[in-house]
Amino acid sequence: MNTATHAIAAHASYLYDRHTLAVRLMHWINVVAMTVLFMSGLQIFNAHPALYWGKSSYSGRPPVFQIDTVTGADGSRQVRAFPAWITVPARYALGMAREWHFFFAWVFVLNGAAYVLYAVGTRHLMRDLAPTGADWRGIGQSIKDHVRFKHPRGDAARRYNVLQKLAYLGVIFVLLPLIILAGWAMSPFLNSIAPGWVDWLGGRQSARTIHFIVAWLLFLFVAVHVFEVIVSGLWNHLRSMITGRYRITRE
Amino acid sequence: MTLAGCDRIAATTVGARTLGAGESLTATVHRWLAAGTLAQEFTEADLSPEFRANGTELPDDPAWQAHARTGFAHWSLQVTGLVQRPTTFTLAELHAMPARTQITRHDCVEGWSAIGKWTGVPLAQVLARVAPQPQARYAVFHCADTMPGGLTRERYYESIGMDDALHPQTLLAYGLNGADLPIKNGAPIRLRVERQLGYKQAKFVQKIELVASLSGIGRGKGGYWEDNDGYQWYAGV
Repeated sequence: MNTATHAIAAHASYLYDRHTLAVRLMHWINVVAMTVLFMSGLQIFNAHPALYWGKSSYSGRPPVFQIDTVTGADGSRQVRAFPAWITVPARYALGMAREWHFFFAWVFVLNGAAYVLYAVGTRHLMRDLAPTGADWRGIGQSIKDHVRFKHPRGDAARRYNVLQKLAYLGVIFVLLPLIILAGWAMSPFLNSIAPGWVDWLGGRQSARTIHFIVAWLLFLFVAVHVFEVIVSGLWNHLRSMITGRYRITRE
Repeated sequence: MTLAGCDRIAATTVGARTLGAGESLTATVHRWLAAGTLAQEFTEADLSPEFRANGTELPDDPAWQAHARTGFAHWSLQVTGLVQRPTTFTLAELHAMPARTQITRHDCVEGWSAIGKWTGVPLAQVLARVAPQPQARYAVFHCADTMPGGLTRERYYESIGMDDALHPQTLLAYGLNGADLPIKNGAPIRLRVERQLGYKQAKFVQKIELVASLSGIGRGKGGYWEDNDGYQWYAGV
């Protein structure tokens, strides 16, 4: 390789600091917390695999959703709603599942609150996540690009695209607060803080249904997120979320 | 892999203690947020057509069954432990005390709930008669039933703190939906602790004992499910 090629190569590709240490830390704490919350949540659901709409389960109306299970003569579940490989703990243990769920609920809520304070305080939110006027005007093109798995290249890859921004904002400011609120609404003690507030969500059993649906919407988000990471450069993205360094390759 | 990993973590003392910190933190924050709040009360229109029974629906204890055959006319509740005047109350005596009726939602730990109208005597009234000693910190409820297909043959027991014991909605309920408390729901009396989950609402209560510590009760965790299946003693979530 001669000097000229070196110069071009150096110019055509460079690393830059994409994610701050704080964001990287909070991202991975969140990965652990959400994974345990999801899997222990499915175990808790296994204790009564039916969902209702309203203030109570027994209101004269049938469940809105139900998974058929078989309970053995000894009370153990012979056919479970969600299988052992996707639940924490693997064996049916409601008390232990709740222990995992509520510990990581604290981790998740405190980590999430820290993230929002950080994102607002450092202007990460306004600078990197809030869609710009140009973003809104380009939304049609962005949809077309996503459908064709076409990803921004060169310096354009330094910014989040508009669909990505909307997905992150929707998760951070709609789905996550909603799943926390619906979780609180299931607590008989928290219900008593302002009696009646749970009815804003349609009642306690509606809140449980919302909690379940949002959990799966978050699962869907994670599936799309991981898919996009893989198709737009797995190692580059993974490195940037671990060391912070992301490689930009110019056209 | 990851799953077995989780189970291994939970099996260690440090792992179990760390996870248990979540429960302590929740209980502390809840108490700090709102110690004396009242549970939501509902209207007749919200009542569940049939109040679901869970756990024991018919105790097999011969003494309890003999009482059931005579309509609990000779049954009595014993209140003992760290009290100045240990007392037994007949069902008629409990009925004669000032009553409270409330329509509340019963939240089972499993995830279902049912709304019922409970009538009973506030536990605070009963405790006022027996005069708790200052060192009493918990009320323990000893029941007549063993769990069907249960983990052990021991009788059901549960406990609550004195704050919940003296809460105005905490009842020894003898009526459900305007009738006598049905057997399957815990006749002749069951506990109502409205800001906690169903496993706290001991049925077929026959003895209340005030204690300073839960260490001498069962295996020390304060209740049948707590001792046998790792349920949380604080059941406000």
